[in-house]
Amino acid sequence: MSRKPYIREIPKTSWFFRQPRYMRYMAREVTSFFIGAFSILLVVALKRLSQGPEAFQGFLDALRGPWGVLFCLATLVAAVYHSTSWFNVTPQAMPIQRGEEFVPGKMIVGAHYAVWAVVSLIVLFMGI
Amino acid sequence: MSERQIQLEVLRYNPETDSEPRFQTYTVPCLNEWVVLDALNYVKDNLDTTVSYRWSCHMAVCGSCGMMINGEPKLACKAFIHEYPDKIRVEPMMHFPIERDLVTVAEDFITKFASVKPYLIPKEDKPVSAGEFKQSPAELMKFKQYTLCINCMLCYAACPQYGLVPEFLGPAAISMAHRYNQDSRDGGRDQRQEVIASHEGVWECSFVGACSEVCPKHVDPAGALQQVKVASTVDWYKEHLMPWGKK
Repeated sequence: MSRKPYIREIPKTSWFFRQPRYMRYMAREVTSFFIGAFSILLVVALKRLSQGPEAFQGFLDALRGPWGVLFCLATLVAAVYHSTSWFNVTPQAMPIQRGEEFVPGKMIVGAHYAVWAVVSLIVLFMGI
Repeated sequence: MSERQIQLEVLRYNPETDSEPRFQTYTVPCLNEWVVLDALNYVKDNLDTTVSYRWSCHMAVCGSCGMMINGEPKLACKAFIHEYPDKIRVEPMMHFPIERDLVTVAEDFITKFASVKPYLIPKEDKPVSAGEFKQSPAELMKFKQYTLCINCMLCYAACPQYGLVPEFLGPAAISMAHRYNQDSRDGGRDQRQEVIASHEGVWECSFVGACSEVCPKHVDPAGALQQVKVASTVDWYKEHLMPWGKK
């Protein structure tokens, strides 16, 4: 008997609609675009700053407009989702073994949140 | 014992007569305690002897009866009927070619699995008379979970990356390489790195995490792959930035 295996094609552009877990993964990946766009925005800010106070003020005013605020809010949401989704998987990537036991995953995740909170507070105080 | 009728939709494919797969539905009187494998056995014994599927132990040890059950990679012997609606759809594991009905072609996995040298390569040769290779409980704990892998391939059926890039070495093979690399008695890491640290190796993984979510033995292949990435990155820095640090 000859073999004739049947191969099911995976749709290259819509495969992630098949499973909620794939959608969650894609959501995490898509948030990177916002992080990338915000990084470019920071580079633009530096450029404007180098062009003098007036140029920088114009940049800030544009950022305070509705589109600027909307973009910053969307980026904030994306950044929070991106960060938390990575924090939550850190125990898998960085398990810590003490003797015969592993440090509970919650402690590793919690440590990340704690450092995040401290760094955020420092940045906030520096901004005030 | 309560009985319930379910509609079992089975993907059928006969390579001798079919050009593509089709679904065939069977009405199966199920007992509440049954698993999907029992329902398939009922079909085979009473309704249609031509249905093909793999199974052996019926207790989630042999890893033979992996299939898609309502779209989710599962062992048919571990999928209880009472957890499903009246219509249950069974298909062969995704990302593998279909040999016939629910039977998939496993050669690709077997070749990849063998390529990572999934066995102990002792650090030092010593005669049997010199005694055993000793290992502490803490050293055992480092890799114990990976020894629970039963090679059922559900992680491959769950991994979208394997579906999109068939060259990807995949979760179980890399996890097993990691298992031996973590073993205090083993000295074969350099030999395995050539395969697992390649582009088709661990770097094809984008950490979807589906492999660990579907693993019936609660192994964490996704975790193993990330740990391999970290170790391989450390290797790269050691080699390029600290040539004096090389072994």
